[in-house]
Amino acid sequence: MQEPRRRLDEFLSPEERERLRQLPLWKIRLRLFLRSLRTNWRLFAENRIGLIGLAIIIFFALLAIAHPILMKYVWDPNIYDPVVGYAHEETMQPAPPSPRHLLGTDPLGRDVLSQLMFSARSEFILGLVAALITVTIGTTIGAISAYFGGPIDTFFMRLADLIIMLPFVTILIVLSALFKLDLPKLALVIGVLSGFGGTTIIIKSQALTIKVRTYIEAARVAGGSHWHIIRYHIVPNLMPLSFLYMMFTVTSAIFSEAALSFFGLLNIRMSWGLMIHTAQTAGYLLNTKTWWLIVPAGLSITLLCAAFYLVGRALDEVVNPRLRKR
Amino acid sequence: MTEPILYVDDLTMHYTTRAGDVSAVDNVSFTLTKGESLGLVGESGCGKTSVAICLLKLLPDNARIKGGHIYLDGVDLVPLSEEQVRRYRWRRISMIFQAAMNSLNPVYKVGDQIVEAMETHLENFSYPAAREKVAELFRLVGLDPALMEQYPHEYSGGMRQRAVIAMALACDPDIIIADEPTTALDVIVQDRILKELRAIQQKLNMGMIYISHDIAVIAEVSDCVGVMYAGRLVEKACTEEIFHHPIHPYTAGLMSAFPSIVGPKRELTMLPGEPPDLLNPPPGCRFHPRCPYATEICREQVPEFKDYGGDHFAACWHPLEG
Amino acid sequence: MTEVLVRVEGLSKFFPLTRGLFRESREFIHAVEDVSFAIAPGESLGLVGESGSGKTTTGKLLVRLLDPTAGHIYLRSNGSEVDIATLRGKDLKAFRRRVQMIFQDPYESLNPRLTIFDTIAEPLMVQGIGNVLEREEMVAEMLVLVGLTPPSSFMFRFPHELSGGQRQRVAIARALVVGPTFVVADEPTSMLDVSIRTGIMYLMQDLAQRLGVTYLYITHDLAVARYMCQRIAVMYLGKIVEQAETEELLQHPQHPYTRALISAVPIPDPRIKRQAIEIKGSIPTPINPPPRCRFYDRCPIADAFCEQNDHPPLRDVGGGHYVACYKA
Ligand SMILES: Nc1ncnc2c1ncn2[C@@H]1O[C@H](COP(=O)(O)OP(=O)(O)OP(=O)(O)O)[C@@H](O)[C@H]1O
Ligand SMILES: Nc1ncnc2c1ncn2[C@@H]1O[C@H](COP(=O)(O)OP(=O)(O)OP(=O)(O)O)[C@@H](O)[C@H]1O
Ligand code: SF4
Ligand SMILES: [Mg+2]
Ligand SMILES: [Mg+2]
Repeated sequence: MQEPRRRLDEFLSPEERERLRQLPLWKIRLRLFLRSLRTNWRLFAENRIGLIGLAIIIFFALLAIAHPILMKYVWDPNIYDPVVGYAHEETMQPAPPSPRHLLGTDPLGRDVLSQLMFSARSEFILGLVAALITVTIGTTIGAISAYFGGPIDTFFMRLADLIIMLPFVTILIVLSALFKLDLPKLALVIGVLSGFGGTTIIIKSQALTIKVRTYIEAARVAGGSHWHIIRYHIVPNLMPLSFLYMMFTVTSAIFSEAALSFFGLLNIRMSWGLMIHTAQTAGYLLNTKTWWLIVPAGLSITLLCAAFYLVGRALDEVVNPRLRKR
Repeated sequence: MTEPILYVDDLTMHYTTRAGDVSAVDNVSFTLTKGESLGLVGESGCGKTSVAICLLKLLPDNARIKGGHIYLDGVDLVPLSEEQVRRYRWRRISMIFQAAMNSLNPVYKVGDQIVEAMETHLENFSYPAAREKVAELFRLVGLDPALMEQYPHEYSGGMRQRAVIAMALACDPDIIIADEPTTALDVIVQDRILKELRAIQQKLNMGMIYISHDIAVIAEVSDCVGVMYAGRLVEKACTEEIFHHPIHPYTAGLMSAFPSIVGPKRELTMLPGEPPDLLNPPPGCRFHPRCPYATEICREQVPEFKDYGGDHFAACWHPLEG
Repeated sequence: MTEVLVRVEGLSKFFPLTRGLFRESREFIHAVEDVSFAIAPGESLGLVGESGSGKTTTGKLLVRLLDPTAGHIYLRSNGSEVDIATLRGKDLKAFRRRVQMIFQDPYESLNPRLTIFDTIAEPLMVQGIGNVLEREEMVAEMLVLVGLTPPSSFMFRFPHELSGGQRQRVAIARALVVGPTFVVADEPTSMLDVSIRTGIMYLMQDLAQRLGVTYLYITHDLAVARYMCQRIAVMYLGKIVEQAETEELLQHPQHPYTRALISAVPIPDPRIKRQAIEIKGSIPTPINPPPRCRFYDRCPIADAFCEQNDHPPLRDVGGGHYVACYKA
C-alpha cells in the first residue's frame, strides 16, 4: 500500500499562498469575535426590556464608580463617610433630605446617598463574584457529567438534588451565625451552592443535547481526547447558556445578601440590606415620615435585581433563536 | 382537452424577513384539469411548498401574495377573505403536508382525528356517517379499519403516511396536493404508497399536484411535470415530453444528473455552482450563473414562459432542440 | 482477491433495549450480527440497505466509534494485519490518522462555533501535525482540493455561512486532511440536492484516486451506489444478505430481498415500466430475533425448511457473488 502523496503545490497559486501568509491568525480571530459581538448586540438591542435593564445596570455602576471620587475631592470624609461619618451640622438625626444631604441622614447621622453609592460597589462585586463562581462550577461539572455519564454523573446529580432540597436561605442563616460571613465568603457560599445545585442541572441538560451532535463523533474520529472534546466543543457551545445563568445568579446573590443583612447576620460594613436593618433596629421601619431611610435602599435592591433579570431574559432571546420573533 | 379546474395565473409571493424580501414564488402560471396529475419538481428551497400554500391560502404571517390569480372553477381565490376561503379549503382542495406523518396528535386515536377533521369542515356532519366514511377511506388507502382505534405511535411510518392520505381525502376534494409524501420512507414502502396514491387519484378522478425533489418519483406518478428553479416555473410539459425532449437547460441538467439503476451507466452531468439566494435572486434568467448557454440577454432580461407547441412551455432565451 | 486492506470477521453489535439501574437487560437490538466482508485497497464497497438495517452501526464499528459485541476488524498496516480492537494510546491515535469517517448530515457534523479553518485543522491539531502556519497551508490546499476556492475567502467563515453542498465539502476536507487510507462515508450525499450531489460524488471519486483512499460507501440509494462502488453488499436487519460486483448484483440479484429492493427503485424515465415484486409489511426492529432467516416473515418464497433452520450462511454462487438464502 503506497502512502498517499500530498504534493499539492500546483493547486495553490503563489499569490494565494502569499495572501494566506499575510493573514495573521489572531487578527482574524479578533475580527470574527468583534463581528459576532456586533451581531449579538443587534439582536439584543432589538429587545426594549434588555436595554432598560442594561441602562439601570450602567446607572448603578456609575454611582459605584463615582463614590470614591466624590469622597476624595468633594465630600468631607468626617461627615460623609458611609460608615463612620457624622453630620454634625444637623440638629436631629435622622435628618430629612436637604441640599447638603440629598437623601438625608440615617439614625446614626450618616449620609444616606453616600451609603447608597458605597453599597452599590459591594453589590456588584458580590453579584459578579458569586455568578462567576456559579458558572465556572456549573459549566465544568455540567459538561463533565453529561459527557462521561455513569457514576460521575450520578454522583453530581444526587449532590445537586441534595443542594436544591436544602432550604437556601436557612442554610445561609445557619452559616452566617456560625462564621459571621463577610462579603467574599458570602459570594463563595452562594456561588458554590448554586453552582453545584440548580445551575449544574440546567447546564448539564444542555450539554447532553450537545454531546449527541455528530461533530462530537467527528472529533473522536479525528483522535481528540475526552478533555479536548469537552474543552473545544462542549464548553464553547455551553457558554451562551452559562452567561445567561450568570445574570440570574447575580439577581439571587443580591437578594440573599439583602435578606441576610436585614437580619443583621452578615459581617459587612455597609450594604443596602444593612441600611434597612439600621432603620429597622432604630424603629423607623414602618414610619412613612422617614421614608428616606427605607425607600432608596429598597428601591435600589429591587431595581438592580430586576435589571440583571431583564438582561438575562433578553439574552435568552439571543441565545435561544426559537424565542426570537421573525 | 377538458376544461381546467385550476388555473394559476402569474402568481407571485414574497416572504418578508429581517434581511429583506424572499422572492419565493415569481410569476408562476399553470393549469390543472380534472383527473390530471401534475408533478412539481425542483430542488430544496425553490418554492414548491410556497406555491402549494398559496393555492390553499394557508400563508404564514410574513408571506404576501404580490400579484396574480388562482382560479378554481373560474372563481379567483386571491381576493377572497379568510371566511370565504374556508368554504373551499379541504373541501375542494386538500393537502398532504411535508412531514405530515409526524404531525398526527399522539394522544388521540387516529380514526378520531380524521373524524374530528371532518367535523370542522363539513356542514351536514353526522358522527356515524363520518365513522363509516373513515372506515371506507382506510380500506381505500390499504389500512385495516380496525386500526382506527389505535394511536399514532402504534403505526409504522408507512401506515402513518397512509392515515394522513386518508385524512386529506376525507372531504372528497377535487384537487389534492401531496407535498413530498414519501420522502422519509424506505424505497419499498415508498413504492407501495406511490402506487396507491396514483390508483386512488385515478379512481376518484381527482386533480393531483405531486411535489417532490426526486425526478424518478415524479416520472412514476405524474401526467404532466412542472420544473421549478429559484421561485420560477422554468418548464412545463407532459411527462414523456419533458423527460425526452427537455427545452430548458436546467431541466436537461437535472435529468442527466440523476443516476438510474437501469439502462447503460451513462456519465452523470454536473451543474456548476449552487442554487441562488432568493433574497436577491440574479437578474434576467435566474439560472444564468449556472447555465452553459447563457449570453448577454440571459443576464439582463427575464425570458418569457412561452408555448413551444403541444402544451410544452419553457422560459429560456436559448431553448434546446428548438 | 489478492490484497486486503480491511477484513471484517463475524462482526456483531447488540444494543441493550432497556437499561434499568439494577436490572440486567434481557432484550437486545441486534443492530449488526455476524457480518463478514473484506475490502481491497483502492476499492470502494457499497453498503446498501433500508433504514434501520445496521449500516451506520457497521460504519461506526469500523472507525471504532463503537466497540463490537463480538467479532474482529483487521486493518492492514505496514504489511501486517492488526485487530483494531486491541489498539490503545499512541497506536489508537495513529489509527485515527489512517481511518476516517464522513457523516450524513452536513448541518450536524460541523461545530457551529468553529470556523472552517478550525474545523479542518482540528484533526491536524489533535494529532500534533505541523505548526499553525503549516496547518494553515495544509487546510488551504485541502480547500482547493474540495473545490472551495479561493481558500482565503472560505477559511474564516462559519458553517452557517455555507450551503449544504459546501458544508459537505468541508466535512470531506476534514476527513481527508490527515491523509487516511480508509474512509467510511455514511450517506454523504443523501441530504444534498441532485444538482449538487453529482459534484460531491465526482469529488469523492477523484480524491480517492488522487490520494489513494479506499471507501466503505454507505447509502440507501442503489442508484448512487451503482456510480460510487465496485462492489455492493446488501444489508437487511443487521445481516449481509447478498454481496457481488455492482453490475452483477443489479442485473442478476439472487436474494428475494435484493430483488424486491431493486424492483422498488423508481426509474427517472416514464417510458420504462417496472415490474414490482411485492413483499409483505415493512422492516421490523431486530429485538431478540429468532434464529431463522431474518427475512423469513416477509419472504415471498420461504418454505418450511427456511422456518426450521438457522439464518442461511453467505455462500458463493460463482464469480464472487455471495447470497444468504436457501432457495436462491
Ligand atoms: N416563513 C418563511 N419566511 C421566510 N422565508 C421562507 C419562509 N418559508 C420559506 N421561506 C423561503 O422561501 C423559499 C422557498 O421555500 P419553500 O419551502 O417553498 O421551498 P421548497 O421548494 O418547498 O423546498 P423543500 O424541498 O426544502 O421543501 C426558501 O428559500 C425558504 O428559505
Ligand atoms: N446507540 C444506539 N442505541 C440503541 N439502539 C441503536 C443505537 N444505534 C442504532 N440502534 C439501533 O440499531 C439498528 C440499526 O441502526 P443503524 O443506525 O445502524 O441503521 P442504518 O442502517 O444506518 O439506518 P438509517 O438508514 O436509518 O441510517 C436500529 O434498529 C437502531 O434503532
Ligand atoms: S435563459 Fe439563458 S441562462 Fe436561462 S436557461 Fe436559458 S440559456 Fe440558460
Ligand atoms: Mg417544501
Ligand atoms: Mg444510518
